[in-house]
Amino acid sequence: MTSPLQQKIKITGPSVVTANRTWDGVVIYRTAAKNWTTDLSEAAIVREVDEARALLAEAAADDLGAIGAYIAPVEIGDDGAIEPGNLREQIRSEGLTIGLPVPA
Amino acid sequence: MYAYDELDRTLINERVSEFRDQVRRRLSGELSEDEFKMLRLQNGVYLQLHAYMFRVAIPYGTLSSKQLRQLAHVARRYDRGYGHFTTRQNIQFNWIKLTDLPDALADLAEVGIHAMQTSGNNTRNVTSDQWAGVAPGEIEDPRIWSELLRQYTTLHPEFSFLPRKFKFAITASEHDRAAIKVHDIGLRLHKNAQGETGFEVLVGGGLGRTPFIGKTIKPFVAGRDLLSYVEAILRVYNQYGRRDNIYKARIKILVHELGIEKFAKEVEQEWLQIRDGALALDDAVIEEVRSRFTYPVYENLPNLPEELKKAAHDPKFEAWRKNSVFPHKVPGYAIVTLSLKPVGGPPGDATAEQMDAIADLAEKYSFGEIRVGHEQNLALPHVAKRDLPMLWRALDRIGVATPNINLVSDIIACPGLDYCSLANARSIPIAQEITRRFANHETANLIGRLHINISGCINACGHHHVGHIGILGVEKNGEEFYQITIGGRADEHAVVGTLIGPAVRYGEVADVIEDIVEAYLALRANPDELFIDTVKRLGVEPFRERVYATR
Ligand code: HEM
Ligand code: SF4
Repeated sequence: MTSPLQQKIKITGPSVVTANRTWDGVVIYRTAAKNWTTDLSEAAIVREVDEARALLAEAAADDLGAIGAYIAPVEIGDDGAIEPGNLREQIRSEGLTIGLPVPA
Repeated sequence: MYAYDELDRTLINERVSEFRDQVRRRLSGELSEDEFKMLRLQNGVYLQLHAYMFRVAIPYGTLSSKQLRQLAHVARRYDRGYGHFTTRQNIQFNWIKLTDLPDALADLAEVGIHAMQTSGNNTRNVTSDQWAGVAPGEIEDPRIWSELLRQYTTLHPEFSFLPRKFKFAITASEHDRAAIKVHDIGLRLHKNAQGETGFEVLVGGGLGRTPFIGKTIKPFVAGRDLLSYVEAILRVYNQYGRRDNIYKARIKILVHELGIEKFAKEVEQEWLQIRDGALALDDAVIEEVRSRFTYPVYENLPNLPEELKKAAHDPKFEAWRKNSVFPHKVPGYAIVTLSLKPVGGPPGDATAEQMDAIADLAEKYSFGEIRVGHEQNLALPHVAKRDLPMLWRALDRIGVATPNINLVSDIIACPGLDYCSLANARSIPIAQEITRRFANHETANLIGRLHINISGCINACGHHHVGHIGILGVEKNGEEFYQITIGGRADEHAVVGTLIGPAVRYGEVADVIEDIVEAYLALRANPDELFIDTVKRLGVEPFRERVYATR
């Protein structure tokens, strides 16, 4: 596999760096404080390719904490709220679009 | 049931300790993800969108009650209380933590279950007919051969780093319930003109990006030669398979590019050198494996017991019996299919509570045995017919008696974009909506046998190519679209379906399926002509017209 750092980076709008947490697989986002959060609203937002590359490089260096880091699109609402930029990211952030098959 | 020997138990337990150590080293930073990935994949651990996914093998689809209870326990203790039965006789858990995986594996090992070779470029779980050993007219129990293959391929050093994954399926019945023609190697037990039992060997079947129906490479291989012949195939593949291009790495591409004749010649040459070597199976070995399969001691029971006659007055029971109960090789007994396709539910999922209840019912009514089929349903293989009414009530209570087996709502679907990191589009909600549209049992019965298969991307885990109606999720400008094919089938007459036209939007899929079904009802020559036969007779054109005339 190409390492995330060798990938061509193309961003078309506000983006975040996301990954899965190593010990439990949970979806996480890179913060400006060089840490991870499970809350998209706390994610560091990047808008330029160089910025994105730097955030990704710094995130990917944390091999112990996170796996599969990549850049994902987000949308910023008028009120400044960060929303997932596509369906895949929406599902990662908000969960399944179906109910869990567990009886009440 | 099959009883593992000491060697297998040791192997499985050692594997757990090994993996526990690997996980420990990963979490301490001794192993990087790059180093660890291969190791986790060899133990069935993938990364999906939300979490790790854990794939556990159910060899040839046979489970004991004790094993099913342990799967329920794993679902409850380490996951979110359910599991997903797949088209390859595996079960997947979707929410498991890496830190819990060694314990989950250890708990499964207690009952002889493991996850070895459920992913990675090796020989995968050897699948078989879910009715093996009980189907009327079967040549012999194909699981004996599945088990021999399982023992031979497990941790086989030469086959642990193949160009790509490698899947076997075996059937011993005329009607193929194991989809052998879409496997890398398909094996069909049959008798030759001399009355000897052996295998028709098919090679190069597969779905995915480039679907192929398997071709017969040798019409008859005797049991003694099975392993050497298979080894010869795998050696030729290992040598020539395309390691440079993941999309061309499956054996189907090699067989296609070389041509079956040339491929067969290579295999024959290889085989002649090894057929009388260590892999020749002597009868004692075959008998040893055979003797480890135990069968119930069936009673001498009436084929039409009073209990059944009485229950026939209940139309709900009758609807279920006619749909979900199948003939058994022993009079007085039946095979019962349990539908994991409730209306509005995700296909193939079972909750821990359901698994526990099914394990109990299997103990009470099916000699403690459960089967898993590639259609993502379960079966109880040895039910006394007199017990059918009692069993039905119990199954109905836990929601696995929907009388829709082989009907339009018995949909095969992969996890799709709700879970899978490779997906383009969602599969499960599409399936759910279709089952709601066809919730009326009378209508579904009127339509008759109709297999809808859905995959969320071109990898085809949901077998869309070979669905009577196939639905494939694609992405266009960030939106979910679906290509519809018709006319595919996965049985002994396997064929890849034909695209009916441009992809349709998420919200249109169920309408399109309704249109196709309505067109079929109007076009069929008579009520006995199945959907698949109407498509064969008329081609896709009338269906295309119907679907796109108004779109
Ligand atoms: C994490 C989830 C999964 C991943 C990443 C995954 C990955 C893949 C990939 C990459 C292929 C294409 C292989 C090729 O063409 O060389 C494939 C094929 C296939 N998978 Fe999956 N799969 C997943 C889940 C499932 C599930 C849930 C099922 C059963 C419902 C399944 C059954 C199959 C089958 C039957 C095929 C096609 C047959 C063939 O190998 O040609 N997979 N899978
Ligand atoms: S078909 Fe695609 S979306 Fe569905 S499970 Fe397979 S890889 Fe995932």
